[in-house]
Amino acid sequence: MYDVIIIGAGVSGAATARELSRYKAKVCVLEKEEDVCCGTSKANSAIVHAGYDAATGSLKAKLNVRGNEKMPSLANELDFAYKQSGSLVICRGEDELPGLQALYERGVANGVKDLRILNKEEVLEMEPNITDDVFAALYAPTAGIVCPFELNIAMAENAYINGVEFKFDTEVKDIKKLEAGPDEFEGYELHTSKGVFKAKYVVNAAGVYADKFHNMVSEKKIRIIPRRGDYCLLDREAGGHVNRTIFSLPGKLGKGILVTPTVHGNLLLGPTAIDVEDKEGTNTTSDGLSQVLEKAGMSVKNIPVKQVITSFAGLRAHEEGDDFIIGEVEDAKGFIDCAGIESPGIASSPAIGEMVAGLIKEKMGLEEKDDFISTRKGITKPDTLSMEERNTLIRENPAYGNIICRCEMITEGEIIDAIRRPLGAKSLDGVKRRTRAGMGRCQSGFCAPRTMEILARECNKPMFDITKSGGDSKLVVGTNKDVF
Amino acid sequence: MEVRNLTCINCPMGCALTVEMNGDKVVNISGNTCKRGEVYAQKEVSNPTRIVTSTVRVTGGKSDMVSVKTREDIPKGKIFDCVRALKNVEVQAPIRIGDVIVTNIAGTGIDVVATKNIEIKE
Amino acid sequence: MIYCDIVIIGGGPAGLAAAISAKKNGIDSILILERDKELGGILNQCIHNGFGLHTFKEELTGPEYADRYIEQVKDLGIDYKLNTMVMEISSEKIVTAMNRVEGLFEIQAKAVILAMGCRERPRGALNIPGYRPAGIYSAGTAQRLVNIEGFMPGREIVILGSGDIGLIMARRMTLEGARVKLVAELMPYSGGLKRNIVQCLNDYDIPLKLSHTVVDIKGRERVEGVTIAEVDDKGKPIQGTEEFYSCDTLLLSVGLIPENELSRGMGVDINPVTSGPRVNESLETNIDGVFACGNVLHVHDLVDYVSEEAAAAGKNAADYVKGVILEKDAGQEVILKPDSGVRYTVPEKIRVSHMKENLTVRFRVGSVYKNCYIRVDFDGESVINKRRQIVAPGEMEDIKLTRDQLLQYPDLKTITLRIEEV
Repeated sequence: MYDVIIIGAGVSGAATARELSRYKAKVCVLEKEEDVCCGTSKANSAIVHAGYDAATGSLKAKLNVRGNEKMPSLANELDFAYKQSGSLVICRGEDELPGLQALYERGVANGVKDLRILNKEEVLEMEPNITDDVFAALYAPTAGIVCPFELNIAMAENAYINGVEFKFDTEVKDIKKLEAGPDEFEGYELHTSKGVFKAKYVVNAAGVYADKFHNMVSEKKIRIIPRRGDYCLLDREAGGHVNRTIFSLPGKLGKGILVTPTVHGNLLLGPTAIDVEDKEGTNTTSDGLSQVLEKAGMSVKNIPVKQVITSFAGLRAHEEGDDFIIGEVEDAKGFIDCAGIESPGIASSPAIGEMVAGLIKEKMGLEEKDDFISTRKGITKPDTLSMEERNTLIRENPAYGNIICRCEMITEGEIIDAIRRPLGAKSLDGVKRRTRAGMGRCQSGFCAPRTMEILARECNKPMFDITKSGGDSKLVVGTNKDVF
Repeated sequence: MEVRNLTCINCPMGCALTVEMNGDKVVNISGNTCKRGEVYAQKEVSNPTRIVTSTVRVTGGKSDMVSVKTREDIPKGKIFDCVRALKNVEVQAPIRIGDVIVTNIAGTGIDVVATKNIEIKE
Repeated sequence: MIYCDIVIIGGGPAGLAAAISAKKNGIDSILILERDKELGGILNQCIHNGFGLHTFKEELTGPEYADRYIEQVKDLGIDYKLNTMVMEISSEKIVTAMNRVEGLFEIQAKAVILAMGCRERPRGALNIPGYRPAGIYSAGTAQRLVNIEGFMPGREIVILGSGDIGLIMARRMTLEGARVKLVAELMPYSGGLKRNIVQCLNDYDIPLKLSHTVVDIKGRERVEGVTIAEVDDKGKPIQGTEEFYSCDTLLLSVGLIPENELSRGMGVDINPVTSGPRVNESLETNIDGVFACGNVLHVHDLVDYVSEEAAAAGKNAADYVKGVILEKDAGQEVILKPDSGVRYTVPEKIRVSHMKENLTVRFRVGSVYKNCYIRVDFDGESVINKRRQIVAPGEMEDIKLTRDQLLQYPDLKTITLRIEEV
């Protein structure tokens, strides 16, 4: 019997796990995929929003502002890539100015610091590639960008080090309430693809599936609509096209497409907003991708669209009420929803973890551990070291002298670390999310076979068992002439 | 009278060649722009041959595979017999370019030779 | 700091030929830096035959062709380092490289020859929509898996792109036991050699669909199939022409891009058409003493031309180190200008003072022209007319200029290359 089972190892689940690991409690995370960060958390804009967007008083507003405040120190503690680069919401005409002003006022009411409205000249001085017909912009210096994979992985690793269990490839099929018997026992029984688990408290951090689990235990049904967002990622060469995240003021033409540098120096365009039925419907469409390329050009000029290196789609867990649903389900004691976590979910995640863990701590009367380890060291990034430091590292471990991914200059040492570290990578995508190997301009054309060999060697598996992303995503299927 | 249609491979023109045949005998070749097309068509209808390149497994080498080829052209109809005959072949490193891997492959009278040097794994 | 006369970045066909030529032209201090575990570059995985017809008058496989040069490099005692990645080159020609044994180290070169080759364009460059499952490979990655490692990436294959790599891989996969269901080509013509269409596709009854592309990829974990559609003359898919092909693998052979990240990093000017450095008659970039050759300069169709071009670069680098100038008095610079039908020229500029007796100007055309002239005008005066039955974008073209020819035009400013249809 666990004290708490968390369904889902995305940012919300990992943040909750990490915050709960401060307390004396037996906590387990169940994840249907082979790794953390496989759903909504891996495919989004990676923006740490400032917090002016959501309605004042909403959970979204509150947790966004709080999460934004926590992000810099969390990035320090857990060693993930984060940059407070700022954002601009641009408007094109004087008639849109009241809208911008309203956004400013909402931001101030939400507690966002240092917001300013800039005129055209100020905007163009800051970002010369913004469209010439810009009229004004709302500047939010506290907005930022983050590596969503690292954020998610770092929180999960830290939770694991502090005693939280993680069970992968474990899909929850059914949840049964354990009725309070004579001995007053109460909790839940989770039937999964890997057996039955029991817990006193369940955190439903299941992203687009949160409605499914909520509805298993509650009569007050909710509905999560997977809202697909298509993105295009451009080569690092295009990364400096803008230096801040550029949004368009939602207007006549609908919600615009953002243009942003990523924390690793690429340029990201997206997302679309297309409601789909399929909770696994992460396929891009040609309509979606053309929308991205076309609309991005409306806020930023001369985007070098020929430098697109990959495109992808993510599903936002959109809830009809348009706010995060966080808290104990009314008719299901001990079942904590963490549902409808769409944008600004990444930005809010530190605050979401804090809120959910705080709630459970109160209810269960959890005590703090005295041996909680608050920091985590990420994978050593040799390119941040001096030549001397780098040579010391290579002398100690020559694998750091062997470049595997030549686009992102990732060494064998980093890949081995990614595989061997707590909750290490088991697949090509797992390595990619942890090290960036394969994420560059050739999109793993060169390094995939080499990374596969390293995975096979480190995991002591034949090449046939190496997958792209777990399950049946096998990368090679046989040997030459084996069918003859 | 049998008619066979071919694409000339000698240049990017890729002339569509029409070869009229009476049994094994070429009666007429048309569609070619130059003499090379005629020579190609003649050969292709009477005795089409190809070099076959493939791989075989290596033991004890710095690489697990060595590339190989038929030393000369073999009849086109024998290509799959040739690769099937290579299926279970394993060679021991070291291997030098030109080393015979299989003699008289698939009864063609042609040897399969290595096309790459493979050194012994230390 | 290591000091070296000529440092060559890359030990593929370009780097090898450049090194040999530099050595034969009197330079002893040469170092080749190669990131792979062996010399030869991409030729090692191109195990098919058809290489070297121009250079050796015989048909070799890729590894055999490479070996001819590797043996020469070894015989001439040219230094090389394997498993060594060049991390950075400064504009002062300090090369920072790294390997497992020596760690990170610096070499000060008098001349640098860029010979890094090219890489394949990924799926994203074509914005192919759909899922992102396992089983989508660039043709070159699949080629490495099959030819070097002996692993089959899949059983039922669809190939997008009918350049030579796509065609060659269709045959290779077939001969290793896979079923190639289709080769689709976005353009209305194949970029590959006719010979490869016949011998890699027709021989095995593999269909080729021109003006077709992949419009959807199905399968969440592993590829389950792709949807192919016909495209209009702007390359846009035509609704209603979609056809589904079940397959477990999609191979992409959708173009090559010169790999110029190091060049850009050191401040080399890049021509947006070739994605390679802008060079003068000596194949020298805008940075003094930095030369480029092979696929990093512009993507070639035949390795023989790479070797030829690289040998010129090697000689020119040697002359640079030795301070040789051939025609001191000829001071003028002539600009080469691609005009109608011609996409680019390499080189883009000729300093007559540094021109060798003969100069090969290489170029590519923008589309297929039948029965045409290649016209070369010197400041508007027609000087060379080459009648051609066909020119195509897939095949590199060249014209030869001589120093004597240019010396006859002391006021020459511009040489224009164009295609004229009859």
